[in-house]
Amino acid sequence: MNKEQDQLQNLAEIRSMMERSSRFMSLSGLAGVMAGIYALAGAAIVFTRFNFNPDSIVTKPDQLTYVIFTAISVMVLAIGTAIILSIKNARNKEEKAWNATSRRLLVNFAVPLFAGGILMLILLSKELVGLMAPFSLIFYGIALYSASKFTFDNVKFLGLIQIVLGLTGTYFIEYSLLCWTIGFGVIHIVYGLYLHFRYER
Amino acid sequence: MKVSIDGLHKAFENRIRLGIMSALAVNDKLDFNSLKEYLDVTDGNLASHIKTLEKEKFIGIEKTFIDRKPNTRYFMTLEGRKAFEDHLKVLEQIIKSQK
Repeated sequence: MNKEQDQLQNLAEIRSMMERSSRFMSLSGLAGVMAGIYALAGAAIVFTRFNFNPDSIVTKPDQLTYVIFTAISVMVLAIGTAIILSIKNARNKEEKAWNATSRRLLVNFAVPLFAGGILMLILLSKELVGLMAPFSLIFYGIALYSASKFTFDNVKFLGLIQIVLGLTGTYFIEYSLLCWTIGFGVIHIVYGLYLHFRYER
Repeated sequence: MKVSIDGLHKAFENRIRLGIMSALAVNDKLDFNSLKEYLDVTDGNLASHIKTLEKEKFIGIEKTFIDRKPNTRYFMTLEGRKAFEDHLKVLEQIIKSQK
């Protein structure tokens, strides 16, 4: 048997095992695209139907309940799609979707996200509605950044972009909804397409 | 079990043992079922390889209870990490020397 071939094979196996046991590689790119589409639709609805586009931090828009309902629907749809498509993706690769790696990914993603979610409720109760869209971007970005160690490394950049957009939206409140639409909508679609064409074909 | 002539440790000659070490190199702790899933082996097979590595003191065992069910988790010892890193270095050298 060829010795160096053998050792090369060994190294390749070590590398693949390290990756498989530490990173969840079945994240679905299509789910990212879908999440982006939901976000664009959501932003269009709140902007055109409910006239939602806060230009100051403290504000109480008329149809706030509908806006929040739309935002929650977008989030539930996006997360649901991501979970379903990732499970499907993992099945295609004959991997389990629920294993030690995906659990860790989820925990690292969920902790900043829950902190952000509770902060949203506090902001809402203090009528700091203008901060909600940009802060949701910032916390989502931090969640992505912290989860990136357990999945595709480039999720880190996705997180950083969301954080920058969130900070921009916080400073220029009048553009906060626009930043939100770019971050959750456009960037998701671009990154989702990138993932899809790079890893899923 | 000791180092063989070419500097490769005998414990790492088996690909399942090498797989266990690779997985533990990048994870602080892993339980039996996670290891089994990553390696795609039977219970008995995995247990016997774990025992071998344990005898070499390359991996350690931590027993805890989750909801009163025993849960065994494995981790790499300092000794194991050193041996694994040495093994990687030797592999690297063999490949380099062939070029």
